[in-house]
Amino acid sequence: MKFTAEIDVMPRPELLDPQGKAVLLGLEHLGLDQIGNVRIGKHITLQLEAENEEIAREKVEKACSKLLANLIMESYTYALEQQ
Amino acid sequence: MKFGVVVFPGSNCDQDLVDAISIGMQQEVVKLWHKSHDLQGCDFILLPGGFSYGDYLRSGAIARISPIMQEVVQHANSGGYVMGICNGFQILTEAGLLPGALLRNVNQKFICDNVYIKPATTNLLPTRLLDLNKAYKIPVAHGEGRYHADTDTLKRLHDNDQIMFKYSSNAAETHELYNVNGSLLNIAGVSNEKKNVFGMMPHPERAVDPELGNTDGRAIFESIVELVNA
Repeated sequence: MKFTAEIDVMPRPELLDPQGKAVLLGLEHLGLDQIGNVRIGKHITLQLEAENEEIAREKVEKACSKLLANLIMESYTYALEQQ
Repeated sequence: MKFGVVVFPGSNCDQDLVDAISIGMQQEVVKLWHKSHDLQGCDFILLPGGFSYGDYLRSGAIARISPIMQEVVQHANSGGYVMGICNGFQILTEAGLLPGALLRNVNQKFICDNVYIKPATTNLLPTRLLDLNKAYKIPVAHGEGRYHADTDTLKRLHDNDQIMFKYSSNAAETHELYNVNGSLLNIAGVSNEKKNVFGMMPHPERAVDPELGNTDGRAIFESIVELVNA
């Protein structure tokens, strides 16, 4: 079975995200008010083959926790879809 | 004592480290290619600065799963000495050999400058011969050097004397004012709990040769060499 994983990696909420802060300033310069808490992360897509969805999830979990996200500074979420 | 400098694709301070050890300290040193599984009998492994794997994903994230890192982790876990400088420090935190993580500098800029650091202890191998009341002028060159760890980890680092260096003034004052990259507690370098793995963001290897006009880094290498050879 073929799957696609759509993975989001975000900086942990308690961490200062200077990039998000700079972008918020830019948004204010655009004249957009009432915007706050801009956080910038990564979106990663990947395709994988696995015998079933459970094995596919295990693979994605391993990819996320061992490489794609550093759990000290980031958290991840993902959506898995069968192709 | 044989030193080994690991070379990853994108490392760019490997030769500076080799020169600091061989010419500066008159010690035996070899380069170790990241694809190898052979530490060539080295007693002290150094991970150099640079941009391993282009800093893709996160600094050090891909390098830490290089083939040679399996051997480096095993070396460290059996008590062998490992030290990472700049990107090498980032790789060691990614590998879980050192606590914490290195985040994007708080000012969002790549900082390339001479800064002052102060040893926070003389109980670690690289700081044994240093003066606790002296500031050492050591160059930094990094975009992701803001040291972060959770509160419990910071407390453990402090209680267990694992904080190696703090950013300071030229008079060794560790005020927030001299915190170049926004690191928690001004931390510029740490060790692991067993005190055989060390990491620091500043580059002492760039301050060894008198021709370069700054020899403040020598004392760090002398601490390592003298005490390891003693």
